[in-house]
Amino acid sequence: MSIIDTLLNDFFWRALIGGLGVALIAGPLGCFVVWRRMAYFGDTLAHSALLGIALSFLISVPLHLGVIITSVILAMALMLFSRNKTLATDTLLGILAHSALAIGLVALSFMPSVRIDLTGLLFGDLLAMNRNDLLWIYGGAVLILSLLTVLWRGLLMSTIHEELARVEGVPVERLRLLLMLMFALVIAVAMKMVGVLLITALLIIPAATARRLANTPEQMAALAVVFGFIAVAGGLSLSWHLDTPAGPSVVVTAFATFLVVYGSAGQLSARPSA
Amino acid sequence: MSEALVTIEDLTVRFGDRLVVDRVNLSLHRGDIITIIGPNGAGKTTLIKTILGIQVSTSGRIMRAQDLVIGYVPQHLSLESTLPLSVKRFMLLSGQSLAECESALARTGVSHLLKASVHHLSGGEQQRLLLARALVRKPDLLVLDEPAQGVDINGQAALYDLIRQLRDELNCGVIMISHDLHLVMAATDKVICLNQHVCCSGYPADISHDPAFIETFGRPVAESLAVYHHHHNHSHDLHGNVVGSDASHLATGHEECRHEHH
Repeated sequence: MSIIDTLLNDFFWRALIGGLGVALIAGPLGCFVVWRRMAYFGDTLAHSALLGIALSFLISVPLHLGVIITSVILAMALMLFSRNKTLATDTLLGILAHSALAIGLVALSFMPSVRIDLTGLLFGDLLAMNRNDLLWIYGGAVLILSLLTVLWRGLLMSTIHEELARVEGVPVERLRLLLMLMFALVIAVAMKMVGVLLITALLIIPAATARRLANTPEQMAALAVVFGFIAVAGGLSLSWHLDTPAGPSVVVTAFATFLVVYGSAGQLSARPSA
Repeated sequence: MSEALVTIEDLTVRFGDRLVVDRVNLSLHRGDIITIIGPNGAGKTTLIKTILGIQVSTSGRIMRAQDLVIGYVPQHLSLESTLPLSVKRFMLLSGQSLAECESALARTGVSHLLKASVHHLSGGEQQRLLLARALVRKPDLLVLDEPAQGVDINGQAALYDLIRQLRDELNCGVIMISHDLHLVMAATDKVICLNQHVCCSGYPADISHDPAFIETFGRPVAESLAVYHHHHNHSHDLHGNVVGSDASHLATGHEECRHEHH
């Protein structure tokens, strides 16, 4: 145990272990973001996280809980608004994403007694990860991965063809709600490391990279985890050695991996096949 | 006859102020093939979605037989290109065994595509895959939304033929939407012409002489169909009115049409 204890006392290792936990859940969830075209939706939820932080100071609940509550409320509001089709979904998401971010920033500025590192929240901070955060990350990972395992077939079916899934008795609406809860949870636990502005990148880029090499949905989810690992490990090392901000470094590494995979796979497929 | 698989009474669906399905009655038994025809926006898809239970009705009643297994063949499978999916995986998602999936694919003539990606199928192959996907669940009721879309002419006839054979093998009921009037007239048992309400309904040969049908589809279409079917039927009067005792088989009976002209 002493080795683990030593590791957890070192902030770099704490960040790395935490980051790997985030990649573990961001992989499969990111696949659903890509498959269901929810990138902008994820962004909107992530942007509401600042509002959640303000809220958790206001009603004095743990930060993570405040963020989860706000994301869920926003997700519900989105579902209600999108039934009324006066505004296109992307317009609606654009309004809510930026309004949530702005309201969060304004709300926090009204709380001078609250000392928080705004840059860290927006762009991630290698130093900010404490043991409590690790507990949230791995608790969340166990919960999300078990949920995904149990619900996998239904989630996949309703992603492929929602109406067909419904006819076959898949509880489509309930699954959609659970998926949103899982997004809220991943945003809450990943926020400190990559920052609210960049969380969606960690969901989308590894999944998109995995698509190039995967032949089944499960392969894609597993490969997305691997590419997430690479992004986190590479990004945090970059941040450690060059003193760059953690979140952007992770995203830059993810993007570089994406370019390499698409570049080399493109060359492979350009060759005449036998 | 056995109990009806599905019975609909005065089914009405409104989207806001717009009346989409207006007091439709029908009942469907095992072995029946009912085809719904009608102009665009006539509420055909809404009607079958209500039967499938994925569209809520505004008023009226739907009664489904107990433990009714429905096989649904949607218009198409518009799959995100980011989702890698093979035919095999798609079939296995039905929860049936691989052997069952393979035999369903063989029955619809696409067993050679087992390993293929769903993204690389032609229109006809996709329809046959969707049909196999519905089939593997051993449905009591098969619901098809324009099954012959994207299928060439020869393929269309073969597809309708296949649907009839499947009806016999599974002893199931079939309800489908179709635009292919000629093929429908040749292949179906009963036709419902829908234009919000049921314009007319009955046996194909009779219905093409129905004034309501002629009004909906235009005289040229109706006449071409009448010629097509002339040898089948001799029971209509000079005015083109149906002398259809058969039409009463459908709970709808035979209603006259009340179209607003524009």
